[in-house]
Amino acid sequence: MSTPFALAVLSSSVMSGTSLLYATLGELVGERAGIVNLGLEGVMLIGASIGIAVCSSTGDPYVGVAAASLAGMAAALLFGYIVIGRRANQLASGLTLLFFGFGVSALIGRPFVGAAITGLPRLGLPGLGAFDLLVWLGAPTAVLLWWLLFRTRWGLALRAVGEDPAAAFAAGRRPDVIQYQALAVAGLLGGIGGAHLALALALSWDEGMTAGRGFIAIALVIFARWNPLWAILGALVFGGAESLQLQLQARGAAVSPFLMNMIPYLLTLLVLVFWGFNRRFAAPAALGRNYFGVE
Amino acid sequence: MTDAPALLEANGVVKRFGALLANDVAEFAVHAGEVVALVGENGAGKSTLCKILYGYYRPDAGEFRVAGERLTITSPREARRHGIGMVFQNLSLIPALTVWENIALYVEDLPWLIGPAQLRRRMRRLADRLGLAVDPNLPVGRLAVGDRQKVEILKQLLAGAKLLILDEPTKVLAPQETEGLFRTIAELRDEGYGLIFVTHKLREVLACADRIAVMRQGRIVGTLRKSEADEATLLALMFGAASPVVAPPRSPPKAPGELALQLDRITTAPEIGAVALRDVSLTLRSGEILGVAGVSGNGQRELAEVVLGLRRQLRGGKRLWGEDAATWSVARVRESGIASIPDDALGLALIPGFTVRENLALGSGRRYRAGLDLDWRRVAADMESSRAQLHFPPLPLDAIAAVLSGGNQQRLVLTRELVHGPKLIVALYPTRGLDARSTQAVRTVFDEARAADAAVLLFSEDLDELFVVCDRLIVLREGRIAGTFSPESFNPETIGPWMVGAANAA
Amino acid sequence: MPHDSAIAGRWLPSLVVGRGVTRAFAIALIALAVFALLLLADGKDPLRAYRDTLVYVFGNTYGFSELLVRMTPLLMTSIAVALPSRLGLINVGGEGQLYMGAWLATAGALCFADLPAWQLLPLITALGFAGGGLWALVPGILRAAKIVNETISTLLLNYVAPLIVSFFIFGAWRSAESSAYPQSPAFVDAARLPSLDGTRIHLGLLFGLVCLALYGFALGRTRWGLEIRAIGGNAEASRRLGIPVQGYMIAVMVVAGGVAGMAGMAEVSAIQGRLVGELSPGYGYVGFLVSWLAGGNALSILLMAFLFAVVSSVGDILQITQGVPYAVVNVLMAVILFIVLGQRQIMRAG
Repeated sequence: MSTPFALAVLSSSVMSGTSLLYATLGELVGERAGIVNLGLEGVMLIGASIGIAVCSSTGDPYVGVAAASLAGMAAALLFGYIVIGRRANQLASGLTLLFFGFGVSALIGRPFVGAAITGLPRLGLPGLGAFDLLVWLGAPTAVLLWWLLFRTRWGLALRAVGEDPAAAFAAGRRPDVIQYQALAVAGLLGGIGGAHLALALALSWDEGMTAGRGFIAIALVIFARWNPLWAILGALVFGGAESLQLQLQARGAAVSPFLMNMIPYLLTLLVLVFWGFNRRFAAPAALGRNYFGVE
Repeated sequence: MTDAPALLEANGVVKRFGALLANDVAEFAVHAGEVVALVGENGAGKSTLCKILYGYYRPDAGEFRVAGERLTITSPREARRHGIGMVFQNLSLIPALTVWENIALYVEDLPWLIGPAQLRRRMRRLADRLGLAVDPNLPVGRLAVGDRQKVEILKQLLAGAKLLILDEPTKVLAPQETEGLFRTIAELRDEGYGLIFVTHKLREVLACADRIAVMRQGRIVGTLRKSEADEATLLALMFGAASPVVAPPRSPPKAPGELALQLDRITTAPEIGAVALRDVSLTLRSGEILGVAGVSGNGQRELAEVVLGLRRQLRGGKRLWGEDAATWSVARVRESGIASIPDDALGLALIPGFTVRENLALGSGRRYRAGLDLDWRRVAADMESSRAQLHFPPLPLDAIAAVLSGGNQQRLVLTRELVHGPKLIVALYPTRGLDARSTQAVRTVFDEARAADAAVLLFSEDLDELFVVCDRLIVLREGRIAGTFSPESFNPETIGPWMVGAANAA
Repeated sequence: MPHDSAIAGRWLPSLVVGRGVTRAFAIALIALAVFALLLLADGKDPLRAYRDTLVYVFGNTYGFSELLVRMTPLLMTSIAVALPSRLGLINVGGEGQLYMGAWLATAGALCFADLPAWQLLPLITALGFAGGGLWALVPGILRAAKIVNETISTLLLNYVAPLIVSFFIFGAWRSAESSAYPQSPAFVDAARLPSLDGTRIHLGLLFGLVCLALYGFALGRTRWGLEIRAIGGNAEASRRLGIPVQGYMIAVMVVAGGVAGMAGMAEVSAIQGRLVGELSPGYGYVGFLVSWLAGGNALSILLMAFLFAVVSSVGDILQITQGVPYAVVNVLMAVILFIVLGQRQIMRAG
């Protein structure tokens, strides 16, 4: 493999992996607090559509990103009200959020289909290439989240809630408040993930443009064993599969893009099987459960 | 002991759960630098009292003073703020979090940024005293149980406990670890902490305690100083004087029938949350009721599961009516004529959302098969006929199992299991939680089964019940058979010591 | 798990039908209200829009027939969720199982194109069932052996299945005809499920209704159904009663996947006439929602599937006649579901 080829793959992996990374980090925080959000795709779509809409209206992509993150947070908090406040089933609620996101984003984005927008500007660092701000902030965000989760009182309480809400409650924490906070972070990051896709990669809006990335992110959380640092690697690998096959195709190589795209999912499944056999599954113990208070 | 006000005083504590009087304690106190042991049989009310002291339960009545100051304790967090800590049997640690993280969760005055280094200083001295030498970065789930318990103790101490309540701490420990625990308790006492040590094992009590409070049926029936206490006195207080038991007329003893069940040196693999059986051998013949005595949690459940085919043994043989049944499935075991009456009817034997009728129809092999569906008329007929057999009125067929009373749930299980004349009945605490009338009915059922040449393996904690009903008795302790007894030895003074591992178990 | 196992699951439980019908009406009313608000916001007259729409949908044979066409795959994908749910399993893999059923059925249709219809159709139907069933077999085994949770494994496999389909239609099965999107060659007539003249209603509807009837009957009136419901109610007690819990888990997942696979087969055989890349607009996921709303009850599933088909049709028509974007349907379904979810305070997560 020649160096220019490798660099091209790496470069486009980083670009396409960034939106995955943000979405994965967001879902990871939520899941560490015990909440699985199958509707992450919907959150990303809302972020993407709001990003495009606001950017097109104001002309400023950074404002677009900020608006997208707030919109994502709002959507996640709505989801949070249903699963925390009303104690509804998380999987069903997540799929509902998915449909909601599809619909709302289509409505928001409709006037902006085909609109020309100024995408996120690229900032170059010597020797490292030119990428937009969100790419540069991706890995640092992951590190920040790692630090938040593992080196602060808030993070410890959050992880305790995700493992055993009753034990966290006995230790004097409030599981529902913490879960809302976790979802706020999750929505914020998910919205940014969608915004990056729209404002840096595609530079336009199309219905359903995330094309399953939200679900890939959910798989990535498992692949990364709920650790933000591994998520960086995972996003690169999964983003890389996509860009690798594009680059290969551009050079006329005869590898089926479909087989390549299957690899991340099959890999995740294999890893899960391996861990399942060894019973070292690292999922937060209370993931998916609703907490009902002291009995 | 000093003259300073007691660390904790509790007076007039009353707690009821429905109709059951769990606690009625006139006075109880613990001083600094003192170990008070709280002993009694299961169900005596020891755990309940401790949970009240820790704020886990609210008592119906009671006055509490901490260091002389009158208080109401409304939650565990408040109890901890007042310096009371409790180590439960199933520790409240989070297995996925590391040692220092579990501790950090309980320490209130940490800054926002935390890390192992901060806690290290606080932990080190105490950890050394407790003999805890583990890497604080290890997840708690990877520690041995003895070490986990030490982490739990450390956690409570660092959270500010001056009085530590230990609820049956040796239940989960191996013998070597028990010695370590006793050393820890002695160290803590010497440092001025107050400790409450809850147990039913007399040997431990005599090794550790400065004062011993004996509980029976919710009351403290006696408080002794260490110098005044010996096993005989304690046993007398725990079990009460043996009253003459008025037994209902029993069917005459029979000549031993054919061999129904043979277990030969059964050993099961150790498993978290289960007791491993070791070299258990027993025989059971038709027309015989064999009782298994012992405090629950010494392998009774595991033994019943091995007999029923729910648990595979690691080593050893199992024969049912002469046939090698070591690899039989649960369904096959049931079909060969074995009935199971577990202790938790709703949790283990019934489907809560099903009606009585539907519950009756399950697990009966071919009996109710009728093409694709089931022979519901036969189910109803069996319920009717059970009236004569089981001496209580049939239950309404369309009632949902979850809303039946505990007694009725147990009756439903009995109806289902006994209605087609099983040849071997495995009953695990069948009368637990039942009122007197239902209990008597159940015992009569077993007696009649015996008269009909069935074999019964009866697990019970109630010695009176076992004495009345059984032909032979074995005592199960820590996964082994501690002794076999025939009716001449059926009295608490003889059997009791074997159950609790007293030194004079002769 | 999201389903209420206290429902005895008999064929015509009046209480449940009552609940299901009431709920369906409530949902329909909410739907109408939300749509009306949106139309008003867009400056249109809701009453007139409704009159036009409902006349078209219910007053017009073709319009009504399209309802049934839309309902058909939903019947099957919701059974694919409902059946495992009675055991306590959560199968989110209806989408992938549908694609694999379509794939295997296509393989049969292409390889055995010479057979007469009375042989070919049953063959590809069976292959459709087998494709979906095999795709659900692995998650079933992994769950029964307690290695991997079935929600995650079926979700992951949902992504692999369409990729397998794409691989074939871009490669070995690529049709020689030029077209904007790659697809397989058209099925021979013998491999096409017959339709009702003048409409697109096809035999798949019958499959769906029969499967639904079998599902209701099996669960309510057979001993296997009793045992399945027992496991769902208390798996530990069922194990102690000698019921083979693991065997049931695997068997049920395979059957569930198979039914979803049949939905896939019906799509390629009756609707598309060939294997295409975009087979399903989320039938698997909508099936999950239908089953969940219906509480796993057969008659309620029929009602809910019909209701979803109506909502979706109304959305389509409003799009065409009033210019309301179809996306509104998604928002609408989501809002309704949020409201229903918000009511169920006593539902525990699986």
